Amino acid sequence: MRYALRKIATMFITLFFVSVIVFFSFSLIPGSPAMNKLGTEATPESIKALEHEMGLDRPVAERYGKWLLGVVRGDFGKSYSYNQPVTKLIADKLGATLLLSVMAIAITILVSIPLGIFMARKSDTKLDIFLSGFNQLIMAVPSFFSGILITLIFGVVLRVFVPGGYISYKTSLIRCIGYLVFPAFAIALPKISMVSKLLKDTVMAESGKDYVRTAYSRGNRTKSVFYKHVLFNALIPVITFLGMAFADIIAGSIIVEQVFSVPGMGRILLSSISGRDYPVIEAIILLLAFFVVLSNLIVDLLYHKFDPRINV
Amino acid sequence: MDKSKKSKFITGLVITGIIVLLTLWGMIKTPYDPYAMDSGAKFAKVSFSHFFGCDQFGRDVFSRVLIGIRETMFIAASVVFIGVFFGTILGMITGYFGGWLDEILMRFNDAMLAFPSILLALVIIGIFGPGKYQLIAALGIAFIPSFARVVRGEVLKIRNLDYVLSVKLYGASDLRILVVHILPNLKTVLLSTVIIGFNNAVLAEAGMSYLGIGVQPPEPSLGRMLSEAQAYIYTSPMSAIFPGLVIVLMILGFSLLGDTVGKKH
Repeated sequence: MRYALRKIATMFITLFFVSVIVFFSFSLIPGSPAMNKLGTEATPESIKALEHEMGLDRPVAERYGKWLLGVVRGDFGKSYSYNQPVTKLIADKLGATLLLSVMAIAITILVSIPLGIFMARKSDTKLDIFLSGFNQLIMAVPSFFSGILITLIFGVVLRVFVPGGYISYKTSLIRCIGYLVFPAFAIALPKISMVSKLLKDTVMAESGKDYVRTAYSRGNRTKSVFYKHVLFNALIPVITFLGMAFADIIAGSIIVEQVFSVPGMGRILLSSISGRDYPVIEAIILLLAFFVVLSNLIVDLLYHKFDPRINV
Repeated sequence: MDKSKKSKFITGLVITGIIVLLTLWGMIKTPYDPYAMDSGAKFAKVSFSHFFGCDQFGRDVFSRVLIGIRETMFIAASVVFIGVFFGTILGMITGYFGGWLDEILMRFNDAMLAFPSILLALVIIGIFGPGKYQLIAALGIAFIPSFARVVRGEVLKIRNLDYVLSVKLYGASDLRILVVHILPNLKTVLLSTVIIGFNNAVLAEAGMSYLGIGVQPPEPSLGRMLSEAQAYIYTSPMSAIFPGLVIVLMILGFSLLGDTVGKKH
């Protein structure tokens, strides 16, 4: 329990630092957002007036304090280019991205763990060599390219889904999931090969250890030794990896969303980067950072549960 | 080196060799002008005159791929250079001297490492704005922490070896110990990290250019070619498949090499 509390405290400290760094680096950028908004026709007076209206004439520290107070209450300020609250702008986009990321991690776990076990049991057979080579190849395919290939095979040739025909989860959750399965697979593919390879390697390493030999010598059956002892220990590094992979998957979904035209955080992040809409960028980065840190926290806690010796 | 490792190494070497040759080809001359539009050759099929066919403007895809490889290699090399250069300096200083500086920098480093490098690079692009050199700076900065950590770990090990302690007794300065006695011993560890870094840089560059925030048109880049060709995937899927396959080959080659080189001396 104390361990968990300490971890949660560290998580908030990290987020605080992220918010400081993000806010201050965006206020260091030369050029005034008010000037961008008004265009080249702006007079110095109108820029001054708008800056005052946006609160940009206040000192940075004061603006940061105000912003942070808002963020704690779920208010990320106002978008420069859309003239509406950032929270409203990104709320349902966040839902699409999270749903996609969770589906991708679920697919990764569901496929890679049985696959890894299978590869470990068949190790050094022709099938294993083939699967390992195939894994190596899959790892080299970037998710946006596998996304395009999936679109081509399942969308254009087999016509299983309509490319670009995303249906919001608010309209129909089932049809939304039915569409997101394809991008989720594109994101999951390289992770599946990494996790299954890692699991196979750790299972092989664990199987050679003394405690396994002891378990056999005491007359346990192969199956029970494997599932009760070897697999349990072999899963520990896999959990760490999955935690890191989740952060990667969230970042990866930003790219794959573009392939499948899913209106998630990726699209709005890109348009606000090119439109220099800083409040939106800050909000998205902070939210993504929150989910990354949260997934790290979950991994740390799971890790602690699986292996109580770990106390970092 | 066992047999499967050896065959992995050789495959990686051959693939990387092909990529290097294609890079050189792109540096010298391309079969067609990669910017020349030819309305007659619009969506031309794969043939002996156009190895990879033509795109929606009738530009030769193979010539554009050659330039794209060159661009990607240039960006990846610059990114890795920035990452290794600053990462090594940072890792050597923090690992060698330790103390509060090490404590602060490594906390910061760990916080940065917790975030996927693509996300970090996106943040930095958000600050710098889109473009090729901005992308190099963004990815370069995003890559520093991982190199710094590897170097620091190795320096921590070397710092207390007998030979370092004995040159210290001779009165060698810290700078001399770092540059003359420790730096050369980082070679093996740096080699595999550099190859893996190169691999990640290629992947990140392709992703960013795919998103349209890397190399700007009309300059060809592999990622951008993919996103442009995607709009015409019904009529001309090949203009997307070839640049994609080249990206896969590049990553595959470097990852095979990275897996087999250096790790266990």
